[in-house]
Amino acid sequence: MNSNASHVNSVAMKNPGFFTRWFHRMASPVWFYQISGKLLPWLWVLFAVLLVTGLYGGLVTAPADYQQGDSFRIIYVHVPAAWMSMFVYMVMAVSGAIALIWRMKLAEMVMVSCAPIGAGFTFIALVTGSLWGKPMWGAWWVWDARLTAELILLFLYLGVIGLYSAIEDKRMASRAVAILALVGIVNIPIIHYSVEWWNTLHQGATVTKFDKPSIHIDMLIPLLLMAGAFKVFFAISLLLRTRNELLERELPRQWVKQLVEEKDG
Amino acid sequence: MHIAKAFLSVLKRDVTVAFRHRNEIFNPLLFFSLVTLLFPLGIGPSPKLLQTIAPGILWVAALLAALLAADNLFRSDYEDGTLEQLVLSPQPLSLMVTAKVLAHWLVSAVPLLLLTPLLAVSFGLDAPTIGVALLTLLLGTPVLSFVGAIGVALTVSLKRSGMLLALLVLPLYVPVLIFGSNAIDTAASGLPVNGQLYLLAAMLVLAVTLAPLAIAAALKMSVSQ
Repeated sequence: MNSNASHVNSVAMKNPGFFTRWFHRMASPVWFYQISGKLLPWLWVLFAVLLVTGLYGGLVTAPADYQQGDSFRIIYVHVPAAWMSMFVYMVMAVSGAIALIWRMKLAEMVMVSCAPIGAGFTFIALVTGSLWGKPMWGAWWVWDARLTAELILLFLYLGVIGLYSAIEDKRMASRAVAILALVGIVNIPIIHYSVEWWNTLHQGATVTKFDKPSIHIDMLIPLLLMAGAFKVFFAISLLLRTRNELLERELPRQWVKQLVEEKDG
Repeated sequence: MHIAKAFLSVLKRDVTVAFRHRNEIFNPLLFFSLVTLLFPLGIGPSPKLLQTIAPGILWVAALLAALLAADNLFRSDYEDGTLEQLVLSPQPLSLMVTAKVLAHWLVSAVPLLLLTPLLAVSFGLDAPTIGVALLTLLLGTPVLSFVGAIGVALTVSLKRSGMLLALLVLPLYVPVLIFGSNAIDTAASGLPVNGQLYLLAAMLVLAVTLAPLAIAAALKMSVSQ
């Protein structure tokens, strides 16, 4: 009985399932570098298509708002950036968890690469929001819950960046950042539910109400296109940053040296 | 049984050490009262204005005092190697750090609680409001200690970590600040504050149950450097 079980076990070890194989291959730096290199041109094309159609739809074909006039068009940058600011944090925390649990180097690099991109999106969301706020609310900045939460998110990103650069050993720094990212994830639900918690100046969610969205369909489609464009742009910059980080960390390895020789030759 | 004994001995040791270095107890206290003193001087002595901003001042001062006190939570233990022994000990590290944080809260935050009524009276708050202020601090300051301990555990091996610690920890303190000062504010206008107190209690439960795991993981990382 016992030997039988161990036999079954060893067979399972020899023939791992599709998912396990994919998971382990993902973790291999060389494989990642090659695949991401092939993927990048396609992502650029997809990004360009989404961006052009989204911007055209948002700036030209979408009707002006009956209340806000043309100033509402800033949402085509503001809203996708705000969405991404939270989405990037999720990606960072999930890859942080993977890095902590399986000690996967690639997940560490993905996590570390997320932080500056997320900080950038958060910054864009804050700046565009304040540009929109001046004509609409009559003030550059209002101490409203969602704005404040977004600002706190920016500080969370800056904390991650600061901690990573403060610790010399990059593998240790990655572990520290992973713990911090998982702790910070507590903040994301607070951002999300703050709209319901404090009833303040910022308008409530208009898109996620599936039953009866309070945004016109001609305005919604460009917004979704722009959201797609931002997401693809995130994927592109994440891949670029991760490849960079990968080359830096794997510098003494054979395959990186070969790569450099190929470039030179 | 062993675990309970180890927990109590860590708690007792830390409290004893703190009592032998009295300034660790008095410094946060002095800092707390100094910061609250600065506000009337900066804003003006109008009693009505002070009454309105008193909840915020009390909580911001408590927050900064907690941050200042948190810095020496693991510092000396890291430097003399006690922390390494704690990490190597067979008892679960998350429980041992819970004892340390609890001891730290007892010596750094409880004196603050005792001083609060005095400061609150000077800002012209009435007795029921002071009661609520004490309750929010009682529920909120342990959260500050636990969350602060995560930041300290992450940065204890770094040379100059003061600013970094503030950057890591202060954003995480925000929910406590919001509900704590909001509860006092609401109580001052005579409304029920059950909701805010429940939320603070929920945060406390969350902090006590989850933070020790993060602290332990961070300490292991810091010690192995």
